[in-house]
Amino acid sequence: MDQALIDLGDYIDAANPGAVLGAEVGYGELVVTTTARAVVKLLTFLRDDQNCQFKQLMDVTAVDRPDREARFEIVYNMLSLKHNQRVRIKLAADASTPVPSVTAVFSSANWFEREVWDLFGVSFSDHPDLRRIMTDYGFEGHPLRKDFPLTGYVEVRYDPDQKRVVYEPVKLPQEFRDFDFMSPWEGMLHLPGDEKAEADAEPDAKSAAGEEGDG
Amino acid sequence: MAERLIKSMTLNFGPQHPAAHGVLRLVLEMDGEVIERADPHIGMLHRGTEKLIEYKTYLQALPYFDRLDYTAPLNQEHPFLLAVEKLLGIEVPPRAQYIRVLYCEIGRILNHLLNIATYALDIGAMTPLLWAFEEREKLMEFYERVSGARMHTAYFRAGGVHQDLPAGLLEDIARFCETLPQLIDDVETLLTDNRIFRQRSVDIGAVSLEDALDWGFSGPMLRASGAPWDLRKAQPYECYEDLEFDIPVGKNGDCFDRYLVRIEEMRQSIRIMRQCIERMPDGPVMTQDHKVTPPRRAEMKRSMEALIHHFKLYTEGFHVPAGETYTAVETPKGEFAVYLVADGTNKPYRCKIRPPAFAHLSAMDFMCRGHMLADSVAILGSLDIVFGEVDR
Repeated sequence: MDQALIDLGDYIDAANPGAVLGAEVGYGELVVTTTARAVVKLLTFLRDDQNCQFKQLMDVTAVDRPDREARFEIVYNMLSLKHNQRVRIKLAADASTPVPSVTAVFSSANWFEREVWDLFGVSFSDHPDLRRIMTDYGFEGHPLRKDFPLTGYVEVRYDPDQKRVVYEPVKLPQEFRDFDFMSPWEGMLHLPGDEKAEADAEPDAKSAAGEEGDG
Repeated sequence: MAERLIKSMTLNFGPQHPAAHGVLRLVLEMDGEVIERADPHIGMLHRGTEKLIEYKTYLQALPYFDRLDYTAPLNQEHPFLLAVEKLLGIEVPPRAQYIRVLYCEIGRILNHLLNIATYALDIGAMTPLLWAFEEREKLMEFYERVSGARMHTAYFRAGGVHQDLPAGLLEDIARFCETLPQLIDDVETLLTDNRIFRQRSVDIGAVSLEDALDWGFSGPMLRASGAPWDLRKAQPYECYEDLEFDIPVGKNGDCFDRYLVRIEEMRQSIRIMRQCIERMPDGPVMTQDHKVTPPRRAEMKRSMEALIHHFKLYTEGFHVPAGETYTAVETPKGEFAVYLVADGTNKPYRCKIRPPAFAHLSAMDFMCRGHMLADSVAILGSLDIVFGEVDR
């Protein structure tokens, strides 16, 4: 199974020179990295090529990684009924540059891209109808970004005097509880109060942290 | 007589409408009785599940999945746990696999009974609803007996299922499997050859196979359009490989075919349940790796280590190694998938839930165009929409 996916990755790479930045297989799933510029062409190729036939775009979503320069990762999950295979296409995007929409290639992308726009604030160029989809009418902000607080900014209630629903800033009767389960035995790389010892071992610690964040 | 240009009328359907299957607001542009454009507004039930999950441990995130598609709760928990188990690299013992499959099939029947009953109600048949809900109650009793809750069970856990089946439950499920086919036959006598039912559903909302693929359809919606595709067969998970069942496939992809596919899927589910009960293996229902699954209570009274494990599991939870996976299962509504990104901590970094009904509903405009207003209700009913999972 894995070998077939590696071969498929090589094939996609060879057939689309310049469009594929990398292809790797992890947990039995093929991940192909591409660029925003090449995505429409690549997805069209994957749909129409005889050896691919990924006729279904099952999902479009995003992952927010604020530590990266292009902070969003747009993820397309495709399925081929013919060859019983899946492929995941990934590309990097930021909040200011729009990603070309693939709605013209797959109709199912329409709502999925609207959802990514709504929840992450990544815009798509040439999208026929890029409106918000999940959040309230007139909502501000993009809730699935990591810097958006879990509690949000506004809350609604019905005001009996004004006879309408009113928006107010969130008031928390109890402070939001976010427990820190970091244990010194696993996961925790820096012990509080150990800054002095760390200063000596800095180069090592940094490279280790870099490897951790890659996955 | 001179031709006069008539302005199309905009009709607001829902969100408080019994045929909206929850909280769908459908803005319809009408030319007389004919729909020119349908614009579904969703998100009325958006609870931010994906955001909440990012702030919860893997165990705490689990119950949110019951609340997505509340007509078949356990089927939703399944892909999340399969994703977690894939990243953790743990094996589920055979008994737990069979219990999971048994309960997933109960979920499938729960869902299809509800869908067929409400669909029939939407287009004018009242009786199936009364019959089906009685059977659903019995099925939910099986949920209750195994987990204590009728709907929001949180019964599947990473590494297995939470508790073993109580004594006598398998016999009762087997007895139920004997009686259910009669009910399905009865429902069919009321609907399948019923003239009104056929007039309201045959050739309504027909989708060709090509369009179904283009719109990302899955499950009964795709099968009714003629694709013999079922993840339980094509990409088997758990013990589906060892079980015998058939995949019903439709021909025309209209509302009537979807109804027929669902009816037959219930019969196949009964077949799977019977096989599960017959072959139910003995053994543990959870992996014995106590870094992931809690120790037995009796053990905790004696063993210090078991106590520590228990405490750590229910406060900190287990850590999932960094990685990402897109894991899909065949839920009653179609391909329900979880795209899980783990960063090595005890909480998911990102957990995208891919509900099948979201893709189906996005094709609402495409399917409704040119149909009559009354057909939009039939189409919506046959899509099998539950807003818990569409809005998340």
